[in-house]
Order: sequence, then structure tokens, then C-alpha cells
Amino acid sequence: MEDWFNTLSQGLLLGGMYALFATGLSLSFGIMRLINVAHGDLIVLAAFAAIALVEPLAIGPIAALPIVMLLMAGFGYLLQRLFLNRTLGDDPLRPLLVTFGFSIIIQNVLLEVFSADMRGLDAGTIETASLPLGGDVAVGVYPLLVAATAVSVIGALQWLFYRTALGRTFRATSDDHRTAQLMGIDNRRVYALAMALASAVVAIAGVYLAIRTSVGPSDGPQRLLCAFEAVAIGGLGSLWGTLSGGMILGVAQAVGLKLDPGWGAVSGHLAFLLVVVLRPNGLFPKTRDR
Amino acid sequence: MSEKTAGQSIEETAGGRRRAIKTLGGIALASLLPAPWVRAASTVKIGYVSPQTGPLAVFAEPDAYTLAQVKRALAGGLRIGGQNYAVEIIYKDSQSNSNRAAEVTADLILKDKVDIVVAASTPETTNPVADQCELNGVPCVTNDTPWQPHFFGRGGDPKKGFEWTYHFFWGLEDIIGVYANLWEQIPTSKTVGALWPNDSDGNAWGDGKMGFPPVLQKKGFKLVDKGRYQSPSDNFSTYLNEFKKSGVDIVTGVVPPPDFANFWSQAGQQGFRPKIVTVAKASEFPAAIEAFGDRAAGLSVEVWWSPAHPFRSSLTGQSSAQLAADYTKASGRQWTMPLAFKHALFEVAVDALKRAEGKNPAAIRNAIRQTNLPTMVGPVNFRTGPVPNISKTPLVGGQWTRKGKNLELVIVENSQAPMVPVQGKLVPIA
Repeated sequence: MEDWFNTLSQGLLLGGMYALFATGLSLSFGIMRLINVAHGDLIVLAAFAAIALVEPLAIGPIAALPIVMLLMAGFGYLLQRLFLNRTLGDDPLRPLLVTFGFSIIIQNVLLEVFSADMRGLDAGTIETASLPLGGDVAVGVYPLLVAATAVSVIGALQWLFYRTALGRTFRATSDDHRTAQLMGIDNRRVYALAMALASAVVAIAGVYLAIRTSVGPSDGPQRLLCAFEAVAIGGLGSLWGTLSGGMILGVAQAVGLKLDPGWGAVSGHLAFLLVVVLRPNGLFPKTRDR
Repeated sequence: MSEKTAGQSIEETAGGRRRAIKTLGGIALASLLPAPWVRAASTVKIGYVSPQTGPLAVFAEPDAYTLAQVKRALAGGLRIGGQNYAVEIIYKDSQSNSNRAAEVTADLILKDKVDIVVAASTPETTNPVADQCELNGVPCVTNDTPWQPHFFGRGGDPKKGFEWTYHFFWGLEDIIGVYANLWEQIPTSKTVGALWPNDSDGNAWGDGKMGFPPVLQKKGFKLVDKGRYQSPSDNFSTYLNEFKKSGVDIVTGVVPPPDFANFWSQAGQQGFRPKIVTVAKASEFPAAIEAFGDRAAGLSVEVWWSPAHPFRSSLTGQSSAQLAADYTKASGRQWTMPLAFKHALFEVAVDALKRAEGKNPAAIRNAIRQTNLPTMVGPVNFRTGPVPNISKTPLVGGQWTRKGKNLELVIVENSQAPMVPVQGKLVPIA
């Protein structure tokens, strides 16, 4: 019993991490209908940006987080404004190819600048601190912090989307960008802002990832897979759906691991497959089909 | 004016720049060499395949330094079979992909017409490269893959061996010997927890016949092996539960750095405190170790080479310590184990070329076969190996110890290679 409780809590907390990976992707897909193949590499880019900042500024990784978020938001804005906006249109293949190109470029620039070393961020004792829950069960403080961050980030985004003018603009552009344009909305600017927002969330994911484990320049694609599965499970355009998608993925992996160590990754993929077969639009889809 | 335009054209195109550098290099080379045989334009070509980019790129980090060093040492050319040759090294990227490695090797052989191929770093590189060379009848020297995955992974027959391809590195029996002897140094519960991923390394290490299990059983260790996990893995809670329940004091495995980082911080969170942690891969590279912060001190690992090894280069005369120091000075980076193996790769190739009776494949192959050379990684002799075409290099055990701000690798175990002196004793993890 204790065993299973432990397994489930570990899976749920890891799911928070996956949800953070997925939120940026969920935003760009929900608003721009853009499948960003470079999403995983952007996470790794943010991680390396934090690694580059921490030492010269002599600050902790959490203190570096706001700076990395600003940098990534600026990068995301320019990326969308200068490149990705030009690829939007009826052909879904073009943004796919361009972001695929960016994925390769980011990996190789990171390799040139930072070398192939695996690097990480050191957040001190919080990394190994834990809360005992009685008996043999304990949960790590850091995974708890990650999961709490995921919930609050998604809560904040939810508020932004449904309670502010900017959010209304995002939703309008997502639902019908032609009509939105008729109402005087500059959709290229809206897209760039959405990408800036998504990239700021990516920055959080990147910094948290580098604290949790070590990262190398070629780690992006494997992070993209988790993110993509979480978005697809949760349903397109739904932020709470993305959170639940991450958690389902985390729990499925943990249960698989519990049964046999070889089944960890596979059970995650199976959960994803099952959802896609039973509900092709995911569990809680929000976007209207165009 | 004309100077300015020339400068511009160099700036403008990468191709132009490369050509310009080549020309400059040619002029520099020509001015260094005695004139008569440069005009004869005889060149011996060495092809070099290495994973410059992709997940294995960390192995190729010393490449730029090593190539510059070898080029400097060979600036005067080589004398092969009574004739002088200039040396050209053609460097190809395998992109950490075995198909790509085979492809660039075929290019080296068929298009560039190289006289010898050298390659290093993991079976993904050395096996396809050696296979291509064997197929095309081109002499080949490789290292930095344990000899079993290289020899048997290519379908080698211990009775026949290979004709064209030679390899030097340690084997699984060495690493098992080093680990088991290391763990006997301090009193523990003698219960070993294994983290073996489901890849070629993990499966070989965990193999019931050839791997760790039979040796550990013979030495009286109890093994807790939950099975092969799928790497990358973000969650090790079930391993930790099992290890805690079974009273594991020793953790071992062949774990990629991100997996180990996950395992090690989760171990802290779940209150699992082993006395000894000896994992390959994750703790072989100083930079990867530094990423674990304070929790890196006390980890132990097998050591293929260190600045304290009592060996010298046959190419430059440097000692191990000098090579490491020179690398740090030139590149601003800490030494890594592959550094010496890259160096030794060229030591063996150059030595064979020097002894070859002519610049033809058979003569070069015969010279490689007769190799008996003290190198930066120990003596290399392909006639004394456990199977034909293989030479074994010494393997010892070390522990990462904090000295001031830096982590240093202290040699603590040398049962498999007594010629490398120990510097201390294994200390349990605090």
C-alpha cells in the first residue's frame, strides 16, 4: 500500500515537470496552430542560458530565472515575428520544416558555444530535501516545488486567457484569425506576443530541468516527445488539460516502472496511444477545429 | 587596394576562407620542409572518424587539440620505406550515428584514398568504421570501445581474428575486476544494487554469463537487479524502494549522466544513503561530475587514464601529467580520459607508418600487426591480446575527492594493472 502511494506521488510530481515542458507547446499550438519541433531545444537553450548567467553574476538558479524568462520571451518574440509568421498559412508543412531547421541550428550553436559537456544548475540543499509523510513515504521538496509551479503557471495563464483583454485577443485569433483581423487585430503581433509568453514558460521549464538533472546540447528532441504527448493527451488548446496530460504521463510511467523497470517509458507511450485512439482530440479539447 | 579586396573575398565566403587557410598552411608547410621531396608531392593520408556532433560529442572534445598536436609533431613529414612523405589528416564527423560513420569511412577510402583509417569512441563509431575498412582492405586502428563489444559485436572469431583492423582498449573482465576489488576495500553489507539500462552496455554488464552477476556471486556479493530500465528515465523511485528494502550499500551501473543526476537527487530525497557508488559513464567526465555539485564527492569510477599514469608519449615525449597540463593550457578545459586515447591512436598509426616497408596497404597492415609500442595509455601489442587483433590497456579504479574548490580523481585500486600506483584508499561516501 505504502509502495503504491509512493509510486503514485512520485508519478504525479514528475507529471508537474512534464506539464511545465508541455505548456509552451500547448500555447503555441493552441493560438497559432503551430507545431514547434524546436520546442525541446528551446527548453535546453533556456537551461544553458541560465547556466551561462549563474556563474558570472554569482546568483542562484532561482534568482536567474526572471532574467532567463525575459531573455527567452524576447527571443521568442523575434523568432515568431521574423521567421515563423512568414510560414503561417494553409500549408502546415512549412512551419514544421522551419522549426525543424531551428532545432538543428540551436543544437549545433549550443554545441559550439558550450561544448558537448553535460551541465547542470546547483540549487543547493533543496535538491535533496524531503518532507516525510509518515511510514516509509517521503516526497522531495524540489519535485513538490516544480509541481506547485506548474499549477500556478497554468492558473495564471488561465486567468490571463479568460479575464484580460489580451487573453480575449488570443482566444479570438485562435478561433478565427480572419474575422479577428477584420476587427482590427494585428494577428502577426498577437502571434509574436503568444510566442513570447510561451517562451517565458519554456524558460521556467529549462531552468527547472537543469536543476533536476544534467542537460547536454542534443537533449532537446527527447524533451519534445514528453511535451508533445502531454499536450495530445490533455487536448489541444486546454491548459488544465495539458496539466492533467503531464500528470497522466508521469503516473503511467511510474506504474509501468513499478511493474518492470523496462516498462517505464513504454507505459507512458501506451497511455498516450490509448487516449489518441479513444479520443483523437484529447481528453479536454478547447480549440475549435478550423 | 588589391589587398583589401582579397581580404574581403576571404571574409565573404566560407569556401574562400577555407581555401585561403589551406593555401597559407601549404606555404607554411613548404617553408618548413626541405625542398626536394615536397616537389615530389608524395603524401600519406590518415583518415580520422570521430563523433564530433550529436550525443557522443563529449568523446570528441579533445580532437581539435590532438589534431593540432599531431600535425605539429609531423610537420617534417614521415619517412616510410626509405622515402619521405608529407602527412595529411582527413577528419570526418560520424554525427554519433553508426550509419553515418560507415558512410564517411567509405568516402575516406574510395574518394580520398586514405592509406590508413583511425577511429575512436564507443561501438557506434569503431564497429562500422572497422567493418568498412575490413571490407575494403584498408589498414585500420581504433580504440575507446571495450574490446568485447568491438570484437564480438562485429562477429569476430577468436580463432581467425580480422585481417585489416586492430583495436586497443580494456575489456569487461577488467572493469568487473576493478569494481569488485574496489568494493572489498571497506566493510559493507556486501549488497550491490544495479542500475543497468536496456542498451548494449547495460545488457553486456548485466549478462548472466559474461557480465557482473557470476563474478559478484563468486566473491560473495548479493546482487539486487530489478532488470533493465529504458533510458532516458526521470523516475527511479521503484529502484530506490527496492534498494532501501534490501539494505543495498553499494550502487553500480553504466548510467548516462542525466539518468544518474535524477537517481542521485531522488536518492537524497528518499533518504537512501549508500556507502559506495561506482557508476561508469556518468562519472567518467570531470565536467559532468561537477554538475552534481557537492554530491559529486565520494563517487567512484573506473579509470582508463589519468594525469598520474606513469606513461609517456612516443610521439611528443610528454608525460601523462604534461599532456593534461598542456591540454588545459591550450583549451582552457579540464583533462578527460579520451584525451590520452586520441593521442595514443595517432601514436600507434604513426609508429606503424614509420616501420612499414612501403606505402601500400599490406606493408602498413604488417607493421600494425608487429606493433610493440609504449604509448600514453600503456604498452600496445596486438599479438599479446586475449583474441587476435586486440591489445589490452590497463584499467584501475578511482574516487572523486574534493580538494579545495576542485574535484580530483584519486587512484584507489590497481589490482588489474599494478604498474599504475595507487594514491589513496577508498573512503565511504559521507
